[in-house]
Amino acid sequence: MRLDGVERHFGAVRALDGVDLTVDSRSCVGLVGHNGAGKSTLMHILAGSGRADRGRITIGGHEETAYSVARAQKLGIRCVFQELSLCPNLTVAENARITHASLKGIGWRKHSAALIRAKLDEIFPGHGIDPSDVVGDLAIGQRQMVEVARAFTVTEDPLHLVILDEPTSSLDAHTAGQLLAFVRRAVDQGISSILISHMLGEILSTCDRVVVMRDGKVVATDTASAFDRDRLVATMGGARQRDKTEAAARTRGETALMVRARPRGQTAGAELVAHQGEIIGLAGLAGHGQTRLLLDVYGAAMQGRPGIEVSAPVALVAGDRQTDGIFPLWSIAQNIGIRSLAGLRRGLLLSPEREEALARSWQEKIGIRTPDLDNNILSLSGGNQQKVLFARALGSDARIVLMDDPMRGVDIGTKLEVYDLIREEARKGRTFLWYTTEMDELENCDHVYVFRNGRIVADLAQSELTEEKVIQSSFEESGGPATLRGHAS
Amino acid sequence: MNAIRTLLARPWIWSFIGALIVWLAAITFTGGYGAGGMITAALSLAVFMVIVGIGQMFVITLGPGNVDLSLPANIGLASAVAMKVMDGSNSMIAVGLIAALASGMAVGAANYLLIRVLRIPPIIATLSSSFIVLSIDIAYGRGLQIKPPPAFADFTNIQILGIPILAIGGVIFAFLAGIALQRMIYGRSVLAIGQNMRAAWLAGIPVERIRFLTYTLSGALGGINGALLAGYFRGASVDIGNEYLLSSIAVVVIGGTSVAGGKANVPGIWGASLFLVLLLTMLNTFGVSAGVRLLLTGLIIVGVITAAGGQPAQR
Repeated sequence: MRLDGVERHFGAVRALDGVDLTVDSRSCVGLVGHNGAGKSTLMHILAGSGRADRGRITIGGHEETAYSVARAQKLGIRCVFQELSLCPNLTVAENARITHASLKGIGWRKHSAALIRAKLDEIFPGHGIDPSDVVGDLAIGQRQMVEVARAFTVTEDPLHLVILDEPTSSLDAHTAGQLLAFVRRAVDQGISSILISHMLGEILSTCDRVVVMRDGKVVATDTASAFDRDRLVATMGGARQRDKTEAAARTRGETALMVRARPRGQTAGAELVAHQGEIIGLAGLAGHGQTRLLLDVYGAAMQGRPGIEVSAPVALVAGDRQTDGIFPLWSIAQNIGIRSLAGLRRGLLLSPEREEALARSWQEKIGIRTPDLDNNILSLSGGNQQKVLFARALGSDARIVLMDDPMRGVDIGTKLEVYDLIREEARKGRTFLWYTTEMDELENCDHVYVFRNGRIVADLAQSELTEEKVIQSSFEESGGPATLRGHAS
Repeated sequence: MNAIRTLLARPWIWSFIGALIVWLAAITFTGGYGAGGMITAALSLAVFMVIVGIGQMFVITLGPGNVDLSLPANIGLASAVAMKVMDGSNSMIAVGLIAALASGMAVGAANYLLIRVLRIPPIIATLSSSFIVLSIDIAYGRGLQIKPPPAFADFTNIQILGIPILAIGGVIFAFLAGIALQRMIYGRSVLAIGQNMRAAWLAGIPVERIRFLTYTLSGALGGINGALLAGYFRGASVDIGNEYLLSSIAVVVIGGTSVAGGKANVPGIWGASLFLVLLLTMLNTFGVSAGVRLLLTGLIIVGVITAAGGQPAQR
């Protein structure tokens, strides 16, 4: 199986930028890279559920022109996606039948049950799953086991390649070990696989070759024995020159305490602390509790919540602007003013002049490109809508600004302008809590907390911040304690 | 010319044009006879729709699914409460009005509590609460046929130069409601919640407080309306508010308020109320039977909403 020069764009974002990938028969390829590197997009293209904008797919020596899910199935390519794809209202056996059209007639349920039971017994001895169980009643790890086992069942179509996208993220160490051992056995029997995982130890111990992706490109391909953990981490992050002139070393705690919060999953130990004038980074892989903590801090500021101290008004800059940010029926000026209504009053009534003045001053400061602030908000491009959300928060009376990965889909020029603005506001005494998945943005922070599985796992001052450290603590330590890992991802 | 064009761009103008057309059709039929009287009568009746319509407008503007179906029962109970407290005595008019207002606010607050605490969708919560309120009304007002105090009944029928005093009050009230909607924090908050409740919360708006205020306001307006209706029709009854279930929603929608929420229009409620009342008057002068009248009313409402009031889907 071979991919040549595959490209995929989502709007202006290049999810895949000319990727070449080869999987030989009887081999296991490991695919690693941080969030948004393009791994899942690439696998969707391989499985036929996503289309490449450009590039060639060659399977078994034939170039595929009309590639689709059905074609992939015929050619013996199966995929276990990150998002579990079982129907929760059906039983295990019924779910197994979905991918096997040849199981029909009287007694299909029995045949299907026998098929999936045999495979589960083979991969996960002692699994404790009955084929007549309804999938919705199974634990997340058991569902993952069914999903994996189903991908390896064979009826009439052949089976040559199985793509496993983070298959162990919801398995415990024991079943993960069973799965990885089975993958090796399958390779010996002629079934290739692609293994995507954030557990670098698994990749190194299971795969023959390792492919590293970064920012939509393949940056390294080599045999697994040529890598070790540190080299993988370094390749994933890239050893870029960083400019630390901006962050003058400061002693923490000289200014007033603004926020003290502990993630819900954490009973003791690390807590997040922010002082006046600090920019605090929340790092780690996407969806590991950073947004939850920001919303908890926000909720605490609005209503009060035990265990979280917030000592000043708070504003939030949404990252998902469609659902959390803009008001689509309103003008740009109204969208900016909504967080500052109390300050826009003259007597009892809102003053249109004051609203206009507020919007105009922020249009200049942040560079919102529009001929008229009374235009509808949707007349702006996405990046400019995001600037409106920044203007809303920064133009308010809030002394603490929470930012929920606010630069998604924002072009680099806008980003640099906003970074400068944030630093300037911090110098004036505002406090920022900034969740971001981008390393470049963390470099603007005075202090960084790294999250994993809803907990703070590292607490780094600006002086000790390196990309390697952030990535290292974002991923499970190899050979760590055999605990239940992760949530549904 | 320009003034006319900007006027035509207002969504509420169409309801006034509709009212005008219906009125012209009616007086053409009568040969000009009773033209003025028809307007006076229409103003007197339309003001009751305006009062509840404005409450309903704020509720509907809160976003999809928000509607107050308890208005008829609320109006019925408040009319009985007002008449019983006033007890035909001129000195008790103010107390009776306050009692009706309190009764309405209690119904509105109860609606909100059902929605918030039991997490029932507003449409079910207000419908079920209306059954409870109706039962209370039947038990409380059993066999009750108390006349309003003479001064109160007279007041609701005063006219100045042919314009009912209630209509003048209604216009002033609508003007204030328009200010509250567009120029006060409360109105802005309602509009924001109607567009995107989560974004509104994240923009610092006390969403639940605003929703509470809005349902209570709608209830309070229902209560006041009940008392005024009892004065105007000289007596309370259980079914005095029945027609306001549909008409309160119809005037909001015909008036140019978006049923998807986030976009409201106060002047349009006056236009739509006049339109609905004059439509009935017109059909009456044509002498059509009650069945045909209802049928035509329904068809015309559907037609108007499709033609003018219907907004393109927002999402």
